[in-house]
Amino acid sequence: MLYAVSHLQNLESEAIFVIREAAAEFESCSLLFSGGKDSAVMAHLAHKAFFPSAIPFPFIHIDTGHNFPEVLSFRDRLIQKLGVKLIVGSVEETIREGKASDQSTNGSRNQIQSITLLDTIEKHRFNACLGGARRDEEKARAKERFFSHRNEFGEWNPKNQRPELWHLFNARKKQGEHFRVFPLSNWTELDVWQYILQENLELPSVYFSHTRNCVKKNGVILAHSPYLALNNGDKVESLTVRFRTVGDMTCTGATLSKASTVEEIILETASSRVGERGGRGDDQFSETAMEDRKKAGYF
Amino acid sequence: MEKELLAFATAGSVDDGKSTLIGRLLYDTKSLFDDQLIHAEKASKSKGLSFTDLALITDGLKAEREQGITIDVAYRYFSTPKRKFIIADTPGHIQYTRNMVTGASTVNLALVLIDARNGVVEQTRRHALISSLLKVPHLLVCVNKMDLVEWKEEIYEKIVQEFDEFSARLGVSDIQYVPICALEGDNLVEPSSRMTWYKGPTLLWILENLHISSDYNLIDCRFPVQYVIRPQTVNHHDYRGYAGKIASGVFKPGDKVTALPAGFSSTIAGIDFYQTKLQEAFPPLSVVIRLEDDLDISRGDMLVRPNNLPEVGQDLDLMICWFSTKPLVLNGKYWVKHTTKQVKCAVKEILYKININTLHRIEDNLTIEMNDIARIRIRTSQPVFWDPYSKNKTTGSVIFIDEVSNETLAAGMIL
Repeated sequence: MLYAVSHLQNLESEAIFVIREAAAEFESCSLLFSGGKDSAVMAHLAHKAFFPSAIPFPFIHIDTGHNFPEVLSFRDRLIQKLGVKLIVGSVEETIREGKASDQSTNGSRNQIQSITLLDTIEKHRFNACLGGARRDEEKARAKERFFSHRNEFGEWNPKNQRPELWHLFNARKKQGEHFRVFPLSNWTELDVWQYILQENLELPSVYFSHTRNCVKKNGVILAHSPYLALNNGDKVESLTVRFRTVGDMTCTGATLSKASTVEEIILETASSRVGERGGRGDDQFSETAMEDRKKAGYF
Repeated sequence: MEKELLAFATAGSVDDGKSTLIGRLLYDTKSLFDDQLIHAEKASKSKGLSFTDLALITDGLKAEREQGITIDVAYRYFSTPKRKFIIADTPGHIQYTRNMVTGASTVNLALVLIDARNGVVEQTRRHALISSLLKVPHLLVCVNKMDLVEWKEEIYEKIVQEFDEFSARLGVSDIQYVPICALEGDNLVEPSSRMTWYKGPTLLWILENLHISSDYNLIDCRFPVQYVIRPQTVNHHDYRGYAGKIASGVFKPGDKVTALPAGFSSTIAGIDFYQTKLQEAFPPLSVVIRLEDDLDISRGDMLVRPNNLPEVGQDLDLMICWFSTKPLVLNGKYWVKHTTKQVKCAVKEILYKININTLHRIEDNLTIEMNDIARIRIRTSQPVFWDPYSKNKTTGSVIFIDEVSNETLAAGMIL
């Protein structure tokens, strides 16, 4: 077993290869940074990929206006530490410009987020966006390519994807088209946590057990915040929770948890019976909610 | 926490029970979440089934659910205390040969499913041929639906013999067989109590214990340069490193290397992985190699050992699998991506097509259409540094890209 490598080394080398390939193939690359654990891993891998050079592309954050404050402060610390440029695309601005409206009071801003993202990509003429999406997250994502082609409208066409063989990525595209590149395609939630432990990465505090005011809606525990409208019968209660993903505060469900360290989270994840997106209100509209959003340009 | 990674492709037709097998493996290794199970239960009920159809877990896209078939490669993940597994779940229909080729290109093992009632059929032969063409190192043949042949040993043995005879012509070195019933889990994780005549290991045992670290070529040193790292900062003023993924061989500081195509030689000054200085680097690691001399090396070049050079040339013979609805054009021009290099090519000759069911050569009809497998000869616009695919999957593989539509048209294995 002299030349055996662990699964994490294998995944890390693959991801770094994909990140370098994107930087080499596209003249204008960017990294979609949500402030979540997957993007923390992506940022770290990008840092490693070009070391001792700085990361040669900016990060994009799509600000829904409904962020966890803990996530924003984490984002700013990390950006400063890595010395990369941050571009913020604002959903509020998209709404102000009349390109979308904030229809429902408690609706997720996911649909609008896609519009803001595509606007930001167009404005800065990015032809590739690296993202931390994984194939194990959701069934539509199970079929994603590492290099995922988007047409001039930013749409994904799952029925006519380019076959992807070996690690030979076809990055050719026409004017106005772009690519989403997913270096973590083959990682699972557990791999991400094990890697965070191995590399001792910092994460936003909402991932760890804490006590906060919450509201239960349709069985999903949501953080009580100024963005969450309360209906009759909604009860604010103080719970000990953590979040398995971070998205919009109005739709990211919390889980009751006492796990306060990465080690405890790994144990909890390994024995968890619910997928991490099980707590995401935005995936529960229909069986194909994710596929529909992805086709329209969602990250 | 230290596990090895094993990737395998499942190939099978719609009714071979492939999705059931995968659903079952995920279920038995406790890799399914409650919400996935609840979803499968709901979907089963709405289809009027009296049991939970685990196959429904693996159906991804809308069109597939509507048609009840898998039309694209879907990737699944599970792990056991011993290994982490990646499944490339590929469709079995003849019109999806291209997806099977895609799935087979990155795996250690191909899992071929045979319906015990039907034995070796066209599709089985096709899957075996593709696995051998793509040089998948290990083949695992699962004879499924043993419950429907009353768990009979003779039926299993007959299929094993039939497959053995066929595969002898393919040159697949490592083939193992296991009789299973995917629906009820026989011989998947636990030995079946209904086939006590079978003394071999279970399917999961084989997956967990297969020797895979020798699947890499550790002999021929090949390092395609992917990206040049030059910080030009005060702290790293003179740093110049060549980033890439080791394709094959073992590289060490102090080794003499030759840079292709220039042909200059130098010595490895150091191999870096982030802040770590490595004593050696081998596949599949992504590293940065520094040389003692300042050479003009860029993306698409290759570092090799001076006493073990790849072939260098513009004329290549390849086996290809054609993916596009537009047929291959003789004398047509295409982009070719090979390692980290992109060159133009012209198709000079179409030698033959393979009848993928009989393995016979077809020399009278040389129209190459979607899902065809053919031998062709091309000339590239610039020299490429290559090895035969059978010796080196990284330096022996190419993809063909359409000059206008940018579609990926074909996969090629250099002979």
